[in-house]
Amino acid sequence: MSVSATWYLTLAAVLFTIGAVGLLVRRNVLVMFMCVELMLNAANLTFVTFARRLNDIAGQTAVFFVLVVAAAEVVVGLGIIVSIYRRRPGATADDLHGLKG
Amino acid sequence: MTHVLAATIPDAITFVMAAAICVVGALGVVLARNPVHSALMLVMTLFGVAVLFVEEDAQFLAAVQVIVYAGAIVVLFLFVIMLLGVDQKEVFQRDPLPAQRPVAIALGILGLVEVLVLARGRWPSGARSVSGAIGSPASNVSLIGRSIFTTYLLAFEVTSALLAVAVVGAVVLARRPRHSVGGNEDSTGPVAEPDDDLGGPDDTEPEGVEETIVGSGTPRGESGDIKTSGSLADVEVTGP
Repeated sequence: MSVSATWYLTLAAVLFTIGAVGLLVRRNVLVMFMCVELMLNAANLTFVTFARRLNDIAGQTAVFFVLVVAAAEVVVGLGIIVSIYRRRPGATADDLHGLKG
Repeated sequence: MTHVLAATIPDAITFVMAAAICVVGALGVVLARNPVHSALMLVMTLFGVAVLFVEEDAQFLAAVQVIVYAGAIVVLFLFVIMLLGVDQKEVFQRDPLPAQRPVAIALGILGLVEVLVLARGRWPSGARSVSGAIGSPASNVSLIGRSIFTTYLLAFEVTSALLAVAVVGAVVLARRPRHSVGGNEDSTGPVAEPDDDLGGPDDTEPEGVEETIVGSGTPRGESGDIKTSGSLADVEVTGP
């Protein structure tokens, strides 16, 4: 008998919380991006846990699609970050208020 | 909530170690001052999650997790960090929102407690084995493949379109900003052969055709080529 699903969900909740707090606390855009990856991984862990619990492969398929979307998101996001840093080096998330009303 | 040790000893040990690795790595991502250290801690968390995937009979996803996340995404992060030279430490001299950090931490703890309270014994009553049972004798890869290419075929196709859009978007975003190209902004034609442009004015062709060839033949990719063919276009237009 393997570890109960509740423990996996608890771990996923902890990982998601750490990622969310990091996203709110940090100022470096790259580190904020890594925190988004942490939250995505916590959601992936939840998907796989429920796939095992409900005995349904669709959870693992959803994780596959999340991986693809995360890869695309990282590519586009890092492109945006590169163009931002090329224009104003050393910018943090607080300096990026060009769209602020 | 059953105890962790209700499981068999190898499973429990694997889970506890992988969970510890995940949590330490996640805390390291948030707490490290240097972005390079954050990226390496992210690798640690991703490996821990991959171990948990293996523990939950998702072998294909564990392999993909290591290959795609740890092998590609984190390397991309490190490339950007090293290329941009942003691996200096964060400075906190000027904090526009001083209350943000404690409020963020309090909100995080509140959300965690809420999720944990909800997680105690309340399960979603989903139907079991709608799109394929995991416990069947087929392998994990064949189950996922069958699911992707039958039930989720449309999502798979849309995903391919998404990847194509992401590639184009990354190229457009990371390109160097182009300098002062007058009049060639909206030309999207294929790259013209340089012999046509450099061969001098050709008398056998009418002028309109020459203009459309030069005008539509400017490449959009690199600014150097655009500048070259732009000046050529000016010469062609203004010469005769």
